[in-house]
Amino acid sequence: MASITKQKPSPLDKPLSKGKAEVNIATFALLFSEMVQYCQNRVYSVSELQTKLSEMGQHVGSHLLDLLFVREQGYKRETKLLKMLLFIKTNFWKTLYGKEADRLEHSNDDERTYYIIETEHLVNKFISVPKDKAKLNCAAFTAGIIEAVLNGANFPCKVTAHWHKGTTFMIEFDESVIARDKMVEGR
Amino acid sequence: MSRQGTRGVDPRKVNGELFTLTYGALVAQLLRDYEDDDEVNKQLEKMGYNIGVRLIEDFLARNNSSRCNDFRETADIISKVGFKMYLGITPVVSNWSPAGDEFSLLIENNPLADFVELPPGHNNLNFSNLLCGVLKGALEMVQMDVDVRFVQDQLKGDNITELRLKFLRRLEDAIPVGED
Repeated sequence: MASITKQKPSPLDKPLSKGKAEVNIATFALLFSEMVQYCQNRVYSVSELQTKLSEMGQHVGSHLLDLLFVREQGYKRETKLLKMLLFIKTNFWKTLYGKEADRLEHSNDDERTYYIIETEHLVNKFISVPKDKAKLNCAAFTAGIIEAVLNGANFPCKVTAHWHKGTTFMIEFDESVIARDKMVEGR
Repeated sequence: MSRQGTRGVDPRKVNGELFTLTYGALVAQLLRDYEDDDEVNKQLEKMGYNIGVRLIEDFLARNNSSRCNDFRETADIISKVGFKMYLGITPVVSNWSPAGDEFSLLIENNPLADFVELPPGHNNLNFSNLLCGVLKGALEMVQMDVDVRFVQDQLKGDNITELRLKFLRRLEDAIPVGED
């Protein structure tokens, strides 16, 4: 059995950690700052920058999805829209940011649109937006995480971050999600 | 209605997995952009350096540590205060060179490398190279020119992750004109 090449460990051989580890907020903030600077140097506009941050967030979200459902929900995936959104507002947010999201709202004039509102969001805590880029909201990264989690759970949607009452994440679901949810609820 | 969870939430702490996965997203992006392990190593070290020169400010502001008398003391502070404070781990200091100018930090559970499996064809990638830059940058700000590099990495199948730090020279204080 002795092999000459070194055996690389697989994360799957290790038991899943409880996820209680924490790092200093400064460590995270400085890493995030480097990420934003790196992206900034490779784009020409604010919207491109937000797209890039969102893509990185999606990478994170797609890895978090299974982890959270296995750990928090006893392997069960949410199938109803509202329950899924509540899961994001509560468990998901608490795990990642140490608190529930401040508010979850349904748009009055578009049933496909929901909002998650955060007065002060973690990633924006140490960021001051330059005047000429007032539109820039680096929480696009978090929007990417949410988007990947929802897409992964089969609720196709687009999530964007905006400056409104702090930071508002606008979640626009695919038509099919609403139609399916009505069917499921109707049963 | 208690809004906070059962876990006592420390506003100065961030979920470790969010941090780990964020770092992973960054490395993955760098690999896509540069397509070359050595370039990615360089880029990670550069980013780490930028982090280090800022992190040391936070470190000095929050610790009442005075100047170290020798490199051994520096090693202890890096491991027991620095790593502990910012990553929540305490690497073992060992493998001192006889002259006392070189030592290793042995890391058992590298938080940066959680969930990571190096895909084949990336044997030159030092996944956690950011750490080298952070240490180098931070030490430079306290007048120490130190060479930092990875010699072993659990991701590459080694038993332990080992960072080697070598003291090169003392940097002269550049004192602004008119000040003592």
